[in-house]
Amino acid sequence: MDEARIARRGLSPRLWLAGGWLLLALLAAIFAPLVAPQDPLAQDLMLERLPPFWLDGAEPGYWLGTDSLGRDLLSRLIFGGRIAFIVAFAAATSACLIGSALGLIAGYFGGWADRIISRVVDVWMAFPPVLFAILLVAVLGTGLSSVILAIAIIDWTRFCRVIRAGAMSQARMDYVESARIAGYGRIGIMLREVLPNVLPSVLALLSLEMGIAVIVEAILSFVNLSISTDDPTWGSIIAEGRLSIHQAWWVLVFPLITLILTVLSFSQFGEALKARFDPVLR
Amino acid sequence: MAEPLFSVRGLKVALPDMTRKPLIGRAPLAEILKGLDFDLPKGSVTGIVGESGSGKSTLGRALVRLLEPSAGSISFEGRDISHLSEAELRPLRRDLQMIFQDPMSSLNPRHTIFSIIAAPLRQNGLGDRLKERVAEALQRVGLPQSFASRYRHELSGGQRQRVGIARALALAPKFVLADEIVSGLDVSTQAQILTLLEKLAAEMGLTVAFISHDLSVIRRLCQQVIVMREGRIVEASATDALFDNPQETYTRDLLAAIPLPEIDADWLRPKPPA
Amino acid sequence: MSACLDIRGLSAVLPNGQRVLRSVSLSVQPGEVRALVGESGAGKTMIGKAVLGVLPKSVRVVEGEMLIEGEDLGRLDAKARRTLIGARTALIPQDPLTALNPSRRIASQMTDRLVRILGWSGERADKRIRQLLDEVQIRDPERVLKSYPHELSGGMRQRVLIAAAFAAEPRLIVADEPTTALDVTVQKQILRLIAQLQRDHGTAILFVTHDLGVVAKVSQKVSVLYAGKVVEEAETAQLFAAPQHGYTRALIAATPRYTDPYASLKPVDESVLAGLTAEIAAADKEWRPSHG
Repeated sequence: MDEARIARRGLSPRLWLAGGWLLLALLAAIFAPLVAPQDPLAQDLMLERLPPFWLDGAEPGYWLGTDSLGRDLLSRLIFGGRIAFIVAFAAATSACLIGSALGLIAGYFGGWADRIISRVVDVWMAFPPVLFAILLVAVLGTGLSSVILAIAIIDWTRFCRVIRAGAMSQARMDYVESARIAGYGRIGIMLREVLPNVLPSVLALLSLEMGIAVIVEAILSFVNLSISTDDPTWGSIIAEGRLSIHQAWWVLVFPLITLILTVLSFSQFGEALKARFDPVLR
Repeated sequence: MAEPLFSVRGLKVALPDMTRKPLIGRAPLAEILKGLDFDLPKGSVTGIVGESGSGKSTLGRALVRLLEPSAGSISFEGRDISHLSEAELRPLRRDLQMIFQDPMSSLNPRHTIFSIIAAPLRQNGLGDRLKERVAEALQRVGLPQSFASRYRHELSGGQRQRVGIARALALAPKFVLADEIVSGLDVSTQAQILTLLEKLAAEMGLTVAFISHDLSVIRRLCQQVIVMREGRIVEASATDALFDNPQETYTRDLLAAIPLPEIDADWLRPKPPA
Repeated sequence: MSACLDIRGLSAVLPNGQRVLRSVSLSVQPGEVRALVGESGAGKTMIGKAVLGVLPKSVRVVEGEMLIEGEDLGRLDAKARRTLIGARTALIPQDPLTALNPSRRIASQMTDRLVRILGWSGERADKRIRQLLDEVQIRDPERVLKSYPHELSGGMRQRVLIAAAFAAEPRLIVADEPTTALDVTVQKQILRLIAQLQRDHGTAILFVTHDLGVVAKVSQKVSVLYAGKVVEEAETAQLFAAPQHGYTRALIAATPRYTDPYASLKPVDESVLAGLTAEIAAADKEWRPSHG
């Protein structure tokens, strides 16, 4: 009876803070046309390089200032968030589905399946990811779907490795043998006994991967390889901000802060989720 | 002599020896069981005793066909099951159940006790009246009904092992393999679990193979004993005969090595040179 | 002559305030073997760790004293305490595999303590361990010294650890379930060896075990532990002849004996445990640490 259960069931501040920021950013992105104070594409050279609201010379309605073409920074960030979240969800989910399925098969079935999948993963991981991404987009052509596809193609290995290791250690558990005794087949055992136990790691990794996808998308926009140049993305705003860093630092700093907060929130949210669902394991 | 439930002839099992696995290619096979012949009489408890490396657990796993023999035959109710495929075994699973050594590792942390006990019932066509059957199984092992909704980490070691017994017996199998089921438990809990199994085996007329390293436990529970060493049977006989009049030196050594809870000043004296 | 080990009213708590040791008092006289017996969670290993000064960080000692050969550990600073414990005590661990570093040869692991803690020369340490390997009846010391831990059998590893424990001539050895991981025939050899070396060297042993059978064979005195509390202490012969506490009686009756199958393996009466738990809970309510 002295096996005191580690009580981590409560919602940690980490989960609240990270989840709160993500929810806020997500809602803003979904309802961008409603919440954005200005048209993100509207240029007005009379309003160029307005500072954020607390500095002298700021205009009401342009809370974070404007860029060198007079476009409202806050509105651009909000609309940029749409691209960021679409890429995050679509790319991370695809990578997760491919990687987890292959990892589960490799780890639980072992043998030939494992040997083939593991070799492919080894080869895959030998490619430098960012260069690989740039190369892929160059081949696939720019555009939202190419970016998503590129990230999924590169990052499924991350899921595959973690899930494979988890499934391998699960496969050694007595409850797997016990399921055989109960009359379960291999697929049944994989779904009933193995999958639920690797799920928390999958969720944590999925959230982390969303953050990574946001970064990769920003990098691709930064080098102008993402989507068409008109739509604002965080990466393209950073790229523009870099050019006017001495005249208008805010154009660089605010998108950077947004990016960092979002990526950090994704990883922290994932960790917090895992901690919340894991304590039954001892 | 009752008709045997299991009849084992010339049983050999070889497993890959991972310690000798070359960098590339398959691990060489090591013969764990080196030709065993014995019968398990119906409706009685047979103890299988041995030290580490004796092959007793491998033998158990071959009986319930978690492992496939490399030679020899295992007959269950007169039918050779030694090379049946997983699919052919499925209808037999209902009658070949197992209780595991470590109740922690044999209960999936993600499933409730209800789901754990219900799983074999569902898989073996007893999915109707599931609630009733699980309730019956819990009651049989002396656990309150409220435990059905709990998870393994909410249970003590003894309670977990009761769940393991409930799961194995829910199907009313013909044969149960009990693999070192009390070796991880405290003595007070151990006594409870053993008396429970003793009672249930008698009530349900079960045929049990009780694997243990502890001869003291075996004497209480088993009608006959098989002593194993390094993949072979050293001695097999009725329990009282084995304990009162062991034929083999190895059996005598095993008995003499058990520290009984009674004062014996000579026990630790070095053996006089033979 | 002062006791080799003297523990007086030792209490320890977890961060949440739960008591894990409850005013434990026990002593080990020079050259004597005291068994510390109890089921899992009784705190027996905790006491062993307290003696060796290796309690986990989460466990805080809140009252009581611990004296090794009359020297109060509480009055020493951390460094002096380590030196004293290092020079006068040693451990025979439960699991001989995890107690040895898998990537170092036996020889260097055995001499390590002698050279580093006691400041012996390498040559002297080397000579000493060969002598001890002979005492634990290792016939081919050269091979063993050159081996890595995984190349030896479980019994052999435990012999090596016993030799290492006795090598520095400690006054007190804490043996923490030293034979639990071993087969019964090997266990008997190892227990014999420990007894032999203990007599020859006059070392006191605090023998932690869950097995009353082992208690009966190896110890002269015994303390029975339940939930961090000493429920009974006695001469070992006395304990088996006339156990005083209900829990002790229940424990003895539950221990299997092949010589008497139906008088042993008696399930512990729930009322005994319930009474004990209630008694402990009541005492906890009253209890305030005397200092700390």
